[in-house]
Amino acid sequence: MPIIKDHKTDGLPFSDSPKLKARNVNVFYGEKQAIYDVSLDIGANEVIALIGPSGCGKSTFLRCLNRMNDTIEICRVDGQILLDDDDIYGSKVDVVPLRARVGMVFQKPNPFPKSIFDNVAYGPRIHGLVEHRDELHEIVENSLKRAGLWNEVKDRLHAPGTGLSGGQQQRLCIARTIAVDPEVILMDEPCSALDPIATAKIEELIDELRENYTIAIVTHSMQQAARVSQRTAYFHMGQLIEVNPTDLVFTTPQHSLTEAYITGRFG
Amino acid sequence: MEMNFSQHISGQFNTDLEAIRSHMMAMGGLVERQVANAIEAITSGDTSPADEIIRREDDVDRMEVAIDRECTQILVRRQPAASDLRMVLAVSRVVRDLERIGDEAQKIAFHALEIGGSANSGFCQQAIRYMGAEVCKMISGALDAFARHDVDGAIDVVRHDKLVDQQYSAALRELITYMMEDPRSIGQAINILWILRAIERIGDHARNISEQVIYVVSGADVRHSSLTEMEERAHPDNAAED
Ligand SMILES: Nc1ncnc2c1ncn2[C@@H]1O[C@H](COP(=O)(O)OP(=O)(O)OP(=O)(O)O)[C@@H](O)[C@H]1O
Ligand SMILES: [Mg+2]
Repeated sequence: MPIIKDHKTDGLPFSDSPKLKARNVNVFYGEKQAIYDVSLDIGANEVIALIGPSGCGKSTFLRCLNRMNDTIEICRVDGQILLDDDDIYGSKVDVVPLRARVGMVFQKPNPFPKSIFDNVAYGPRIHGLVEHRDELHEIVENSLKRAGLWNEVKDRLHAPGTGLSGGQQQRLCIARTIAVDPEVILMDEPCSALDPIATAKIEELIDELRENYTIAIVTHSMQQAARVSQRTAYFHMGQLIEVNPTDLVFTTPQHSLTEAYITGRFG
Repeated sequence: MEMNFSQHISGQFNTDLEAIRSHMMAMGGLVERQVANAIEAITSGDTSPADEIIRREDDVDRMEVAIDRECTQILVRRQPAASDLRMVLAVSRVVRDLERIGDEAQKIAFHALEIGGSANSGFCQQAIRYMGAEVCKMISGALDAFARHDVDGAIDVVRHDKLVDQQYSAALRELITYMMEDPRSIGQAINILWILRAIERIGDHARNISEQVIYVVSGADVRHSSLTEMEERAHPDNAAED
């Protein structure tokens, strides 16, 4: 049972120019329900932050958006998720190109045990995006530049990606994600393993990426949500409690649960 | 839903927030007494409280600086959000207004000393007494409203500020009449003018404090808005029901 009966999300869960639309999404792990009737738009070129206490379903919801939950055997998703009005759970949808269109960056940087170059080239190769080696070179260079890593690695492109610092590895993963030219980037606590400087660089990057991409970011840092996002969505025990412009959420949240969470009043 | 969110997970945070609030109230109490004593010094002709007021003005300044430092500490350490953020910002703004009220009380005390010796002159005594009492009530009303998160109490203070402004204009007209009738009274009248002006300013600061009550409670920034706007924005729910 959801903790609040008949809850209707407060604020502005919908967007005038939606890129992704979630409608009445319910998610179950076996018998246990983790997401209750969530409807939310993610607008084109917006950064939306998903916040809430541990276990409230942020990652679960995020993973619905590119069918990452399919990899979890006991997980069942119902409801609708539309990418540009196409149902991503449609029977004819192939998840491999879907995950190229909706890329994901994880909490812990996870470069492949390959060279920096091959890490970034991996996606374009498997998605068959390139025909010539020169072209591949260009994509790798551009992606590393857009991820703000090029200058730091251009002289050692063939060194292993795992030899980079944590912050560099995370930017490498972002480069790898954008190399396949996605439309949406999902980030699940992308900075939780990084120091403040590496974090600042990623946040700066998120702001730049917004020009070309739509971004949903899960974060435990209220300050990070406040810095990078235009809208903030607050989840509580599987329910989407409130979605509002970020400045509003952090100065005058609408729902008492949001207020209690962001002011640190959950015991 | 039955949940109690009155307390933070961090007990120290509760304590710190409580401290700025109670220090602000203590400062408010002192400032209110300063104003009352200053008015007394003017209206009674007994200037003995004036020296005390001037001496205590330093305490007021010190309290402002200390409370503002506490607010800064909370911002740095806790990065408060939502109602906590509004509370810290509001306290920091309120102590600034309280400090200004303290300044005005000190000015009144100086003028009291200046006109003290001379045979005063019933100029505008009525108005000074009335406006003085009024602004004292406004200060305590505003602080009370702050303590009780009472939006209507705050709006009431703003309403009184309008009355004080009207009193002020009327008193000015009275003064001008005196000055025209007897140019020798001009020196005296100018002192009175400054006193009236100081009292009127105190009313404005009490109004500012009330606006912060509305900010804390509802999140609406009602600085520079009219009384009607203020009422609407302080009670958005009522407006929505219409
Ligand atoms: N693979 C899984 N199998 C079973 N239950 C799961 C699985 N993943 C998540 N859950 C459950 O679903 C609920 C939501 O978990 P989820 O990981 O989405 O939360 P979260 O908000 O991302 O938390 P955190 O902030 O700790 O990462 C939790 O009760 C969790 O135990
Ligand atoms: Mg998670």
